[in-house]
Amino acid sequence: MSALLQVEGLSVQFATDRGPVRAVEDLSFSVAAGETVAMVGESGSGKSTAALSLLRLIEPAGGQVSAGRILFDDVDLLGLSSRQLRGVRGSRIGMIFQDPMMALNPIFTIGWQISESLREHLGLSRRAARDRTIELLQRVGIPAPEQRIDQYPHNLSGGMRQRVMIAMALACRPSLLIADEPTTALDVTVQAQVLALINTLKDEFGMAVLLITHDLGVVWETAQRVVVMYAGRKVEEGSVSDVFERPEHPYTRGLLKTARLTDDRAGPLVEIPGTVPNAFEMPHGCRFAPRCAQAFARCEDGVPPDIKVAVGHDVACLLAERAP
Amino acid sequence: MKSFLHFWRRFRRNRAALVALFVLLAITLIAIVGPYVYTVDPFEMMGRASTPPSKRFWLGTDVSGRDVLAGLIHGARVSLLIGVAASLCATLVGLIVGAVAGYYGRAVDNILMRCTDFFLTIPSFVFAVVLIAIFRPSVTNVTIAIGIVSWPPVARLVRAEFIAQREREYVLAARALGMSDIEIMIRQILPNALPPVIVVSSLLVATAILTESGLSFLGLSDPNVISWGYMIGVGRTVLRLAWWMPAIPGIAILVTVLCINLVGEGLNDALNPRVQRR
Amino acid sequence: MNAPLLRAQNLVKEFHTGGRWSGSAGVVHALSDVSFDIEPGETLAVVGESGCGKSTLARCVTALNLQTSGTLLIDGQNAQDLLRREPLRFRRMIQIVFQDPYASLNPRRTIQQSIGDALRLHRMCKSKEQRDAVTALLERVGLSSDYLGRYPHELSGGQRQRVAIARALAVQPRLMVCDEPVSALDVSIQAQIINLLKEIQKALGVAYLFISHNLALVRHISDRIAVMYLGQIVEIGPADAMRRNLLHPYSRALFAATPEIGRDKTAATPMLRGDVPSPINPPSGCRFHTRCPIARPRCAQEAPLLRELDGRQVRCHFAEEMLPAA
Repeated sequence: MSALLQVEGLSVQFATDRGPVRAVEDLSFSVAAGETVAMVGESGSGKSTAALSLLRLIEPAGGQVSAGRILFDDVDLLGLSSRQLRGVRGSRIGMIFQDPMMALNPIFTIGWQISESLREHLGLSRRAARDRTIELLQRVGIPAPEQRIDQYPHNLSGGMRQRVMIAMALACRPSLLIADEPTTALDVTVQAQVLALINTLKDEFGMAVLLITHDLGVVWETAQRVVVMYAGRKVEEGSVSDVFERPEHPYTRGLLKTARLTDDRAGPLVEIPGTVPNAFEMPHGCRFAPRCAQAFARCEDGVPPDIKVAVGHDVACLLAERAP
Repeated sequence: MKSFLHFWRRFRRNRAALVALFVLLAITLIAIVGPYVYTVDPFEMMGRASTPPSKRFWLGTDVSGRDVLAGLIHGARVSLLIGVAASLCATLVGLIVGAVAGYYGRAVDNILMRCTDFFLTIPSFVFAVVLIAIFRPSVTNVTIAIGIVSWPPVARLVRAEFIAQREREYVLAARALGMSDIEIMIRQILPNALPPVIVVSSLLVATAILTESGLSFLGLSDPNVISWGYMIGVGRTVLRLAWWMPAIPGIAILVTVLCINLVGEGLNDALNPRVQRR
Repeated sequence: MNAPLLRAQNLVKEFHTGGRWSGSAGVVHALSDVSFDIEPGETLAVVGESGCGKSTLARCVTALNLQTSGTLLIDGQNAQDLLRREPLRFRRMIQIVFQDPYASLNPRRTIQQSIGDALRLHRMCKSKEQRDAVTALLERVGLSSDYLGRYPHELSGGQRQRVAIARALAVQPRLMVCDEPVSALDVSIQAQIINLLKEIQKALGVAYLFISHNLALVRHISDRIAVMYLGQIVEIGPADAMRRNLLHPYSRALFAATPEIGRDKTAATPMLRGDVPSPINPPSGCRFHTRCPIARPRCAQEAPLLRELDGRQVRCHFAEEMLPAA
């Protein structure tokens, strides 16, 4: 069985004043139909850039895919014309962002924005599109959708806007939903609602979700598989239970330890010393080596290869070689 | 120093602005040194009236037989001086009014901004004419008059910048340290609010030069000094007979104003990160 | 008995929205009747979601905003009197660290200038010794003297937050208000800053008013915890008691909503419905009743008071039901 989304050797670079910067380097991963894959990392890890580049949304910002293939249903998205790509965007792949105002146009009613997409992609009549929109708004948990449909984005609260954006992304029943930090700007009680909503809709529509987040708690509670990114590279990939219970990469281990708060007040929190390397001064070998307590000479020689430590569990760390 | 180099690197990228800057520097140099090198008195009758450019008078003579080249060089001094001084004057007033209004807000803001609006509603050139008509036309008075009519836009800009900055956390931190309002305004907020103001006041120089020309054209400028506008005013009656007479100072104004605008645009590109290209 | 370092009594803060002339004027009830004490050297955490008034509280305590009514006592003295008579002494006692380290340092001042400003204003050292004093402060927060001449944009978020902490420490405050000091930082950096704050507290005995939205985090680091909802404290007590159990339905929901690694995913967590209501028009009775899973008719009519229960204070008519069955 082939995956719904298969990314192979993706590299993305941005042109800057000080020369090109590789934001994502040699990234490969896949998303199977109906599963939730979380891509997790801190700022500068390249996770959002990777997600945006899937639909070529980085081009206006000066970004460019410099290598790799993005196969969606066995079609390379990088080979499509912008017109063909527009057909995929919105209808087969939905996308939601951290800031709903990025996706919602402040001068149109929310109903107009959703039904426009329905009419364009599904060819529905005005009447049918409106009915379908009300149904969708109801589905994403917006109270009194008949009234809300004629409101503007600024009339809604942050959580409601996020719901509208989800409704918009799901309007054409896409088979893949890319969610870029969908709950980072929300309060925790609202975050819980939105995550639960995404989960229910995923099961209902049989859709796959690629969830970009920095929050390991969110990963644990929503995803089946996880891709851990650090400084533009994938450092570990596997099922959530494998990676969270038997993390192999020192970075993943450190992240998990810092995120797991105990109620014990005695000792200090576990911390990862140092900071993420500057994009212009990337270490030659393993990018985590300068912050890694277990680094040894060979770590600085070259990029560590992906090593399989279990079925579907890969790690880019030389330490894993020693294990059988 | 480091930040200046950074600024210069960005400014340099705008070719037109760079060329304009050198032209402006040349004009300034002429205005400063010129009168010592080319010592002809621009008010003295040197030859026959209205002669076209020739070997003796490179740019010809005007209706009273005065050397146009001498007028151009001496006029550069007055035009630039008034332009720069009036712009500084307007910027200073605008900074004070805008900073106080933006920082304190509420009633202070209301009062100051209504005053500003009052000044904005009067057409500035007419206002300047009135001011000159009331006071004696001298270089100082003309400068002050132009300053008075051009500060409101600066004040509005500064106010907007101060409003945007005053709730920023670094300002709150300074307040939490017990820093005085004056020090917060000058030391903390002003450096952050200055870049767009520099751009606007550089453009004000161009406007001031034009206003001054307009005033002298109408004979409302200092009669004892020569300026480009005065020269156009003298030459306008013979435009059809001796086109070069008004055209030469006209071109000087055009080039100067154009260069100032280009430099202003370059400053904007270099100082304003919002329009920075990646 | 000694007076507490800080005592807040019935603090109320209201903001007027809309123009006085536009007719759309409303009153935001940002803080309603908030009272608490902070003892020297302890950490009181204030937790809540956006709109609960926790940032307004931080600004009232640091006198960046003035409360509409109620009093603040510092070391037994009225804060407003102290601020009028000896403003610098007030400022020396209470300092603040903000959430966003990108905004809390002046982009056009070097690190030395930013910290030096604090030293100079309060005459903490002779001007000749300022450089050494700044270096010592930077070392205190784990930065080397290499950073003296740098500008904020040359530093990472974590480094900037260290500088902001050093600036607050410069005047040797007795209380530091930390307004979400780590929520803008990456996870791996958050722990560094929390540990630094704890270490400073141990060494200097400074008290913290720690504002956060993360109940799981504050349970780890504080001595006492106050949970706020729509301008009111709904539960306040020693962290030990709050770790044992939470008695207000909102505290529980807030804790349950924070995603946690290793929690049983199949266990149904009680989820709150809807959004936080507007503080311009807070619900009648108990302000939480519109979202409360155990709300009864009484909750809509009668506003509950803070009352003692199981070693803490809680604002709920039915908090007893939350006690574990004995």
